[in-house]
Amino acid sequence: MAAIELRGLTKVYPGGVTALDALDLVVPDGEFFALLGPSGCGKTTLLRTIAGLEAATGGAVVIGGRDVTGVQPGERDVAMVFQDYALFPHMDVADNIAYPLRIKKVPKGARRGKAAEVGARLGLDGLMDRRPGQLSGGQQQRVALARVMATQAQAFLFDEPLSNLDARLRLEARTFLKKLQRELGVTTVFVTHDQAEALAMADRMAVMEAGHIRQIGTPAEVFQRPANTFVAAFIGSTPMNLLDATVRGDTLEVAGCKVPVPASAEGRLQDGERLVYGVRPEYMAYSDGPADAALAGKVAIVENLGASYLVTLDVGDVAVQAVVPEGREPAVGSDGHAVPRRDRALVYRDGELV
Amino acid sequence: MIRFVLGRIGFYALVAVVLAFFTLPLLWLVTAPFTADPTYEVRVPLPGGGRGDGGTAAFTWDNFRAVLEHPYALPSLYNSVLLSAGTAALVVLLAALAAYALSRVRLPGRDALLYVLLLLSSIITGTAAIVPLFQLAVELDLIDSRLGLVLILTGGLLPAAIFMLKDFMDSTPKSYEESARVFGASPLQIVRHVVVPLVRPGLATIAVWAVANVWGNFLMPYLLLSDVEKQPAAVITYTLYTEGGQANLRLLSTFGLLYSVPVVLMYLFVSKKYGFRFHGGIKR
Amino acid sequence: MAQATSPPDAAPGEDARARRHSTDAAGLGRVRAALFTAPALALIAVFLVFPALWVLYLGLTTYRLTGADAAEPQFVGLDNFVEALWDPAFWDSTWLTVEFVLGSAVVGQVGLGFTIAWLLRDRRGPLKRLVEGLVILAWILPSAVVSFLWVALLDRDSGTLNALLGIPGFPWLLDHPMLSIVVFNTWRGTAFSMMLYGAALGNVPPSHLESARLAGATGWQQLRDVVFPHIKGHVLTNLLLISLWTFNDFTPFMLTAGGPDGRSEVLAVHVYKVAVQSGELGYGAALSTIILLINLVVAVFYLRLLRSKR
Repeated sequence: MAAIELRGLTKVYPGGVTALDALDLVVPDGEFFALLGPSGCGKTTLLRTIAGLEAATGGAVVIGGRDVTGVQPGERDVAMVFQDYALFPHMDVADNIAYPLRIKKVPKGARRGKAAEVGARLGLDGLMDRRPGQLSGGQQQRVALARVMATQAQAFLFDEPLSNLDARLRLEARTFLKKLQRELGVTTVFVTHDQAEALAMADRMAVMEAGHIRQIGTPAEVFQRPANTFVAAFIGSTPMNLLDATVRGDTLEVAGCKVPVPASAEGRLQDGERLVYGVRPEYMAYSDGPADAALAGKVAIVENLGASYLVTLDVGDVAVQAVVPEGREPAVGSDGHAVPRRDRALVYRDGELV
Repeated sequence: MIRFVLGRIGFYALVAVVLAFFTLPLLWLVTAPFTADPTYEVRVPLPGGGRGDGGTAAFTWDNFRAVLEHPYALPSLYNSVLLSAGTAALVVLLAALAAYALSRVRLPGRDALLYVLLLLSSIITGTAAIVPLFQLAVELDLIDSRLGLVLILTGGLLPAAIFMLKDFMDSTPKSYEESARVFGASPLQIVRHVVVPLVRPGLATIAVWAVANVWGNFLMPYLLLSDVEKQPAAVITYTLYTEGGQANLRLLSTFGLLYSVPVVLMYLFVSKKYGFRFHGGIKR
Repeated sequence: MAQATSPPDAAPGEDARARRHSTDAAGLGRVRAALFTAPALALIAVFLVFPALWVLYLGLTTYRLTGADAAEPQFVGLDNFVEALWDPAFWDSTWLTVEFVLGSAVVGQVGLGFTIAWLLRDRRGPLKRLVEGLVILAWILPSAVVSFLWVALLDRDSGTLNALLGIPGFPWLLDHPMLSIVVFNTWRGTAFSMMLYGAALGNVPPSHLESARLAGATGWQQLRDVVFPHIKGHVLTNLLLISLWTFNDFTPFMLTAGGPDGRSEVLAVHVYKVAVQSGELGYGAALSTIILLINLVVAVFYLRLLRSKR
């Protein structure tokens, strides 16, 4: 088991595209760490650079205290699960799981034994002599995980481990993966484009954009206090309300309404300053009747989220969204009032959290 | 409904025409070798046939005996096997190595190079190159050398083989190799454990293609092998056709059948095992 | 557990590191890649590129198979080329070759190959296997055998064709030598186009065809609006390859030997007659060079089309 440390890691492709721009990152021993970002943000490049499949242009990769920047992938003592699992179609499940041991010259009997042991742990008992083509997506994923476990590497790297599963299976696999990682305690870095996945599974996560890390933190930190408007807009299944605001004494003027300055920004704003006011729809108290410090408007759209409703209000000429518990959803066209929670509202100056 | 019926009728009529067109020329090959005293006419060989009743002829195995007794017939088939197998092995080995490297490693100018070579090979292998190839063979002392012929044939087939195999390998995901690489496999282990098994259908296709090419090639062996004991079946067929002014139809038909059977068997085997498909190769 | 090494310095040695660290999928690296390609390239250089260049040189000489010019060929510059361009036999032969390529490859093999692939596109089972098997059989049988099969088929007195048509004594190879070799070559080479189009049609997304059918498109409109745009690239590449192959095909020689009176003497046969039968190697090489140039023009034409259509 080992920590992973990146120091000033830079990757410039031959065409001149900078995929990673001087990244610093420490993933402590045993942590389940998510790399999250939109496609093309460099998260997969980062994972592949840690694995050694891409050569860093600058900076260093340190695994378990050892600088492995110039070391071949096979000598870094990491194991990787690929997005398509990369199970060898010409080998049966047992041979696939045992392949890393074959490279390490473990005798055939011993490696079949180890494969059976790891396979049994992941519920693959009856499938050991099947070919990957005869397995379901979920089974293939477990074979790929078993193969990684058989390596007993210091760190695991997962590239979009859930994206090849269908939606229902994905939730199941999410729980399973998290449990497995906890039991094994192996430092694990995984890449995903799905913020819900990152929030659900990771101990800590990094949100990336265009080769830069925009925020590192626990899922709760990233969800509750996004460090900038990019992260704020990217995280959350319903996007955060990001509204233009002007400071008026100790209140903010937002879309013609007055709301108090958020607790976290108190005393750090200048009168008349123009800012962005951010509050998640989940952190709004909604009422039909007038309320103090509310964003008031007409109900434009009501969307069913299952146990709750997403209400879109037209406040002046901006749209404001609030989540309303079931049974209290308003009728379209009625007046609505959404009161932001003061301890959860945020302000951003030039895109950065105040 | 009427439209549907007409469509069906049209479909089967067209298929029937196609079938007839492709079957007709083959009939002679499957009947004449079993006919006593064959002519160009297609007659059904029947025991006791050929007594004036049109369309049948006496059935016999004698023609095969005649081929067996011919001094050069069977040895020429052996020569064909040697040439085809040797060339196919060399083509598959060299093309696979080159195609893999070209597919996975960015070498400068590789696409232009491949196109030029492909173009060249489809032009040069025909009659255009017989003069210089003959001279080259004389200079390198490769006349009447089976090895020399194998090398020359290999050179002609390689560009297309590399082109097709590269396309096949391009369409094989790289994650298999990367996965093995992260587990610590060396490049040669990766090639042995992962790449070769993955591209085996492609290799088989190329092998069959090379064998079929060499098996049927007449011009090059005709030009470069003057020793009748080294000549392959293609040349011997032509000799049977021309020697003595009058074609010996007994020998010719029977030998033609024997000469054809191996490629047909090979085709059946391959299409059964791998499905004789186009692996990209030409797709663009 | 690995021991900590000295902390990495920032800048120096980074270039060297990137070079040492091969980033292709298997970690092959350029040196091994070069070694992998070297043997193939060497064989190609000796037995393909060199002869091609040698042809260019020979075309400028009076080299002959026998006689004084065999020992000491004269360098005559472009005389051979001038001679060829003034020779009506050359132009006849070129025209016959164009007929041969257009008739048997572009119309015959492509048309028939596509028709068969289209007819059988949704079919499985014995009928498809039978048709495909026979077409492929015509393609894989040795040319020495198939050409003789056609000699038998077209024989004037007892050939099957005349027997079927009820016109015994009709001399196909003498009266219609070009038609004979065009039909022969169509029969011989259709398999390649059929398989290629079969594969290409399999790649046309069924949803596109279905949406066209929902919009009420006829079979022909589906072909034109959905199928053809999808397989355009395949069609062009296929045309390029079979045009070149047919252009350089020597097999007609075994059927008609170029006769009668050179009426089926396509360029490949013409060169053979000039160079090997008459022994005029220099002049033959000049003809080969012209063939090479024509091939090049054809290839560039197709590749241009391919690029602009992509």
